Amino acid sequence: MRKAATAHELPDTGQVRAQAASRPTSRPDMMTRLRPYLYLTPAMICFILFFFYPIGSIIYLSFQDWSLINLEAMEWVGLQNYTELVADQEFQQVLTNTLVFTFATVGISLAISFLLALWLNKKAKMYGIIQATVFSPHIISFVSVSMLWMWLMDPQFGLLNAVLEAVGLPGYTWLTDPSSALLSLILVNVWKGVGYNTLIFIAGLQSIPGDIYEAAALDRSPWWRTLTRITIPMLSPTMFFLFIINMISSSHAFDTIAIMTQGGPINSSNMLVYYIYEQGMDYYNGGFAAAASVILLLIVGVLTALYFLFMSKRVHYR
Amino acid sequence: MKRVGAISLKTVEWAGLLVVALLFVFPFLWMASTAFKDMSEVRQFPPTLLPETWEWGNFVQAWESGPFLMFTVNSIVVAVAILILQFLTAVPAAYAFARYQFPGRNLLFGLVLVALMIPGYIIFLPIYVQLSGWGLVNTLWSLILPYAASAFGIFLLRQAFMQVPDEVIEAARLDNASEWKIMWTIMVPMAKPVLVTFGLFSFIYHWNDYFWPLIMTNSDEVRTLPVGISSLRMSDGGTLWNVMMAGNMILILPILVIFFVAQRHIIKAFVYQSK
Repeated sequence: MRKAATAHELPDTGQVRAQAASRPTSRPDMMTRLRPYLYLTPAMICFILFFFYPIGSIIYLSFQDWSLINLEAMEWVGLQNYTELVADQEFQQVLTNTLVFTFATVGISLAISFLLALWLNKKAKMYGIIQATVFSPHIISFVSVSMLWMWLMDPQFGLLNAVLEAVGLPGYTWLTDPSSALLSLILVNVWKGVGYNTLIFIAGLQSIPGDIYEAAALDRSPWWRTLTRITIPMLSPTMFFLFIINMISSSHAFDTIAIMTQGGPINSSNMLVYYIYEQGMDYYNGGFAAAASVILLLIVGVLTALYFLFMSKRVHYR
Repeated sequence: MKRVGAISLKTVEWAGLLVVALLFVFPFLWMASTAFKDMSEVRQFPPTLLPETWEWGNFVQAWESGPFLMFTVNSIVVAVAILILQFLTAVPAAYAFARYQFPGRNLLFGLVLVALMIPGYIIFLPIYVQLSGWGLVNTLWSLILPYAASAFGIFLLRQAFMQVPDEVIEAARLDNASEWKIMWTIMVPMAKPVLVTFGLFSFIYHWNDYFWPLIMTNSDEVRTLPVGISSLRMSDGGTLWNVMMAGNMILILPILVIFFVAQRHIIKAFVYQSK
């Protein structure tokens, strides 16, 4: 529109016409070329300020001796935070707890949700209701879920021990014993997350073309062969996606720990993010907190890289 | 004989389904039941299924144990402000990714995907340092600004915008509509289902969020409901489970109501992440 109008208004001389031909095309061109960047600017400013700069900053801070109380007094200490951290027994336990918690939560949750998905993947309305029920804890705040389970796991008046005693079993120690606290947290996190995984598995199952199953049925393939030769291989991308997503979210578990155990008893349920929080905000040991953050960043970074490698091999970008 | 076997198998399956449902529903029913009991009944053994006397006072006690009206207002302000900012930043960004070819597009979109994968839990310390340098720690801004752009929102909207047929946009361009106008008056309405989906996801996520307000705030004036509710567990002289559960109900009920009304949308919102 603008292009046409300016061309018409210009006097018809050869020189001006040449200018006109280049100017109107080059001016909107400039705008057209800049426009996508302009549209991206607000979001990118936010990502730089609250994502990319902080990532650089945490790496820098991990080489400093610093604390939140006095940010002026920073001192470059090289790798000292890392060497001290790795030698620190408390941190070793935190790292072990995080790994145990993450692998156990992910393994148990994926196994249960896979079986649930095979079972609940049916059209009848009943199954839809059960799916929604299993999913419901996922949208409830970790605060409520944690406090609810603290109450269920209360050693004296809690429902879980009441049930155990009713069937003649001894009460369990749940959150109050170093040998059971981490296990109890795993239980709560599995309970909260299993519904999400189930629904993703069901979505994956539904995307498997039905004629493959029809062919298998014609061949009189027994159910276990259908499962191992068709369902599981066809579902492996979903499994991989869920594995990565669950590993990442479990590796930064915080809310259940902060509310239910505060990392105790005797550090038995402490994990990386809670450790970072304690070191940084309570003990004002910024160097340790930053170095631990970078270690967690590396773990999540490797998982993310694995995921993208896998996706880029599989997905055709439109 | 065969028929009887089929019927009893069906019965077993239904019994199994009931057990599965109860495993996930019963804890919530137990929460509700406890919220109405008085403390002596809470400590009763064996426990009662339903309260003998309905103690509405637990809710009053929970609500009055702190400035809960303020917490609620803060929660709503924060979640809504984040939603608006994310909408305003995601629409142009998603439009750029979906509709323009430009140098660096794949790189920039890759950065968005990285931001999608890496959680704020890892980088809260430098963000805290930065916000405290700007004097924003312990204000509502510290809860809102870090979430002003959502990688997930950009990702979802980009897909929705890519599905709008080219003819629609060409027709609008022939009508001399500016790009800016096309984006807001043609693309956004066409992406409405995705916007609802994303809006629900974002609101629920930030309504529930405990970690960020715990880190960034230390006074009641700017704290949100999850932090307020969580402090109910630190009462003097024995844990008041009934008051705690009553407080939990206050936090959960709005989400459950939304879940019943928009169940399909919500499930889509959370499951969408996989696509």
